[in-house]
Amino acid sequence: MNGVLLIAQREINTRLRSRAYRISTIVLALILVALAVLTKLIGGGTDYTVGVTETTAPLAMPLTASAASIGVTVKTRTVPDEAAGRADVASGSLNALLVGDGSTVHVVVKKGVNVKLDNALHVLAGQVALAQQISRLGGDPSRVESAVAGAKVQVDSLTPPHTYDTQRLVLGIIAGVLIYLSLMLAGQAVAQGVVEEKTSRVVELLLATVRPWELMTGKVLGIGIVSLVQMVVIGGAGLAAGLGTGALSIGTSAAVGTLVWLAVWFLLGYFAYALAFAAVAALVSRQEDVAGVVTPVLLFVIVGYVLGVSILPANPGSGLIEVMSMIPMFAPTLMPMRLTLGGVPVVESVVAVAGMLVVIPALVWLAGRIYRNAVVHSGARVRLADAWRAS
Amino acid sequence: MSSSDSLEIDDLSKRYGDVVALSHMSFDVRAGEIFGFVGSNGAGKTTTMRIALGVLSPDAGQVRWAGRPVDLRTRRHIGYMPEQRGLYPKMKVVEQLVYLARLHGLSHAAAVAATDEWTERLGVAARRDDEVQKLSLGNQQRVQLAAALVHDPQILVLDEPFSGLDPVAVDVMSTVLRGKADAGLPVVFSSHQLDLVERICDRVGIVRAGSMVANGTVDELQAGGPERLVVSAPDAPHGWADELPGVVRATYEAHRAELELSPDADDQVVLRAALDTGPVREFARRRASLTELFRHIVTTGATA
Repeated sequence: MNGVLLIAQREINTRLRSRAYRISTIVLALILVALAVLTKLIGGGTDYTVGVTETTAPLAMPLTASAASIGVTVKTRTVPDEAAGRADVASGSLNALLVGDGSTVHVVVKKGVNVKLDNALHVLAGQVALAQQISRLGGDPSRVESAVAGAKVQVDSLTPPHTYDTQRLVLGIIAGVLIYLSLMLAGQAVAQGVVEEKTSRVVELLLATVRPWELMTGKVLGIGIVSLVQMVVIGGAGLAAGLGTGALSIGTSAAVGTLVWLAVWFLLGYFAYALAFAAVAALVSRQEDVAGVVTPVLLFVIVGYVLGVSILPANPGSGLIEVMSMIPMFAPTLMPMRLTLGGVPVVESVVAVAGMLVVIPALVWLAGRIYRNAVVHSGARVRLADAWRAS
Repeated sequence: MSSSDSLEIDDLSKRYGDVVALSHMSFDVRAGEIFGFVGSNGAGKTTTMRIALGVLSPDAGQVRWAGRPVDLRTRRHIGYMPEQRGLYPKMKVVEQLVYLARLHGLSHAAAVAATDEWTERLGVAARRDDEVQKLSLGNQQRVQLAAALVHDPQILVLDEPFSGLDPVAVDVMSTVLRGKADAGLPVVFSSHQLDLVERICDRVGIVRAGSMVANGTVDELQAGGPERLVVSAPDAPHGWADELPGVVRATYEAHRAELELSPDADDQVVLRAALDTGPVREFARRRASLTELFRHIVTTGATA
């Protein structure tokens, strides 16, 4: 056991000191932070500021309301007089200025009206015209308005669907990307580490002191710890930035929950894939040959990830994804995405985790056997069947 | 026959598919002696050593140390230098040696102290903070030897430790091996440099096709080898000794002939025949060198 710890420790020290590791951690964390900040800048907050004069001030409230009804945030500001307002429009501090006597919608803009603002103004113009007609016909515009506002469609669902929130959808995709990248990076690190020991022949020296399974376990453990730290740092930085800037409004506990699930699924996925990577990498002796043997394993990661990011955004409740997310080799990429989206029945989550817990010990045995038989054979690529048989 | 701390290779057999790598390979290396392990390429030297280190498992046979089968615990006391040199290319010399020493069971402090000592003794102390891949081949070889010695082994098994070394490094290596043997360790190494083996080994084993065919001190091996005579008879005609009884082979130079005799030949008959041709200036028995013995055994299939 002491051997396993020493080996894991060497892996951790080596990786933590490597430039590639540090740079990839920092760059990925920065990308997520930048994403959060950008979301905040582009998204939320005020979209447009519209100036009103003394005579058009009564239109301020209806404008804000009609804009809100079509999902546009408009703030209004009363200007001292029309000339001052025009100056603000020219300088760009106002997107538009409502002028005239308030009986019609008449705006002054710098060049043209933005589509969204234009829509809001059209709705406003319609309301103004409607209110004037209602008054002329002897009705009360405010009563009509409240009656219209109160009219709703009542929907009765036989099976209430989970409503997917856009923010969680984005978060789910990010979780998917993060776990995909982490599995790829960590898996490749394991494969390259195994082959490095074969290429440099140091494996022969090591096997004279430790058993093959100890060498494999130590390596997988060490790289796993380092990669988990990397993913939590990246994901944590992204979530913290999202919560800090207000780009994310899912709440701290939900954010922590997301991170914990991400870590759990990374570990489950990592152990399964790392063992497979270690076993197939032991078959070859040169770094050039690594890609050839790891690709079939990598395909499982890629297929899960690609299906997830291409189907889930359009169809978060996809039945295909629901089923695949419970199949062990696809679960590590798909389940964390679904969990972040929310609405995963507990039983499905349990089935997925249980599947991994069955597969991992089986892989320990399988990979251990292949690794033990193949790792001492340097030179030509060892056939999988030979590695399985020979002992 | 087993002394208390000798390393015994007992009846090892190993096949790779149809290829027989080892067939009943047996020998022992006594405590305090240097055993030279020689044989053609592919004769089974490396396979034997890899089995002793547990890197390969034999189909049959056993390796024992101090009378007990060698297991993972005993292997930690073996200093091993694999045929294919192996160190982490991107790891610093000092970190590498400390790591290997710790894998062999040393505490961190002891590993650091041993690393200091061996890098100093083997003349690579100045390069201790360099990555192994930045060292010259000769220095990498020294680090490799340090890796075999850093955990204070009780047995040394070295596969071709002298290959690729300059004469100074050969002397350093020989001194270290002798020192370890004098300290009571069994030391076994393989080599193709037979003059070197002859010079520094207490006993030599010659392997052919996976089996030990000759095993003993250099003197013993020479005694069992073919008898040679060097005769200088200036007036003798070319081919004068060809027909003499007991002469297996004769080679002639200007005034000298070198004769290989069969074991039961009478050299006095040869001397009389030489005197019949005129004066005899030199008449000497010469023992075969290890190189000649080796060639004789490996090419003729003889056993000594």
